Amino acid sequence: MTTPSQTVGPFFGYALPYADGPYVVPEWHPDAIRIRGRILDGAGEPLPDALVEIWQADAAGDVPRGGGAWRRAGNDFSGFGRCGTDAAGNYWFSTVKPGGPAPHIAMLIFARGLLKPVATRAYFPDEPGNATDPVLSAVPPGRRDTLVAVREGDRSYRFDVHLRGERETVFFERYFGG
Amino acid sequence: MTDPNPPYLYPPYGSTPLRAPAQPLVMPKYGPDAIELSSPVFGHEELGILDDDLTRQHSGEPLGERIIVTGQVLDSGGRPVPGALVEIWQTNAAGRYVHLRDQHPAPLDPNFTGAGRCLTDADGRYRFVTIKPGAYPWRNHHNAWRPAHIHFSVFGTAFTQRLITQMYFPGDPLFAYDPIFQSIPDEKDRERLISRLDMDTTVPEWALGYQWDIVLGATPMEA
Repeated sequence: MTTPSQTVGPFFGYALPYADGPYVVPEWHPDAIRIRGRILDGAGEPLPDALVEIWQADAAGDVPRGGGAWRRAGNDFSGFGRCGTDAAGNYWFSTVKPGGPAPHIAMLIFARGLLKPVATRAYFPDEPGNATDPVLSAVPPGRRDTLVAVREGDRSYRFDVHLRGERETVFFERYFGG
Repeated sequence: MTDPNPPYLYPPYGSTPLRAPAQPLVMPKYGPDAIELSSPVFGHEELGILDDDLTRQHSGEPLGERIIVTGQVLDSGGRPVPGALVEIWQTNAAGRYVHLRDQHPAPLDPNFTGAGRCLTDADGRYRFVTIKPGAYPWRNHHNAWRPAHIHFSVFGTAFTQRLITQMYFPGDPLFAYDPIFQSIPDEKDRERLISRLDMDTTVPEWALGYQWDIVLGATPMEA
């Protein structure tokens, strides 16, 4: 019965991205971090027309339950971010590192040529909890590092997504029946 | 239940071979508190009052056939999903998007942007007033044309249900030639993307009504 997916196509840019989309928290938030990266195809070429969405818990590990995911008020944490890639395939978010033993950010990528989105997770480096995280542990060991962001600076991380090719990122099943 | 979704790799759609993942998907072992089992929540104060009427977003009325598009957002058990954010975007009546990279030599309409959003009501119902979009050419293959469609983006109650798809209009003769529509393996699943003309939604002397329900996938906890 489930309604099938169709591609987001190339022409969503005037409809889906919004000015506050990349700001899960404002950049002046005391705990703000930046996570950025590129979305790349099987030839290593960047996607200039991808849409990246993230959803995550706050620094205490709590998931927002009220409204405000879109128009975050002031210093609030929205939990949700949306960013279209630029001409060089770059996306970025201003957010906080989520709480929990193996902090991670859920990510969906939509694009022309993706008839359904790819779902992945960005974990953080140097986290002892990663070793026992049930989702990460179910990933073939040789591919786990595709799910771990790279530290670029004190409060800056890089997470590139390879849709295909030798360094293909791990993507998760999204169909669970229905 | 078999997966109604298209595969990632569908060579007739020429953008898929370089972008489709080649490795098998990993079945995630989500615990009950996995982030993917919750969803962003949106409030009415986050939307504009004219966001659900695409014919009133400019000083004049857009050209084309005014239509009403409505339906319910349902979960895999057929239960309505209230408060779900539904976003749409589409071409104008001439088949042109308000997008810098759309080079189709059809006219823009100064009174039509073609983007809207609303939240479903207590019965899971959404409703938009818009104009019927046009078919348009694309460069996938020689003489390629997309059937008229409205893009839909929907949030359910879990991030695993997040859906972006396209709604089509009944009886479109371009279905047989469209690799995006045909990428869905099963004909019955393809038909789930086709709205139906509904005379109860139609407003006499004013606008034809189309009805289209959206059924979100089961969550891992429901499976």
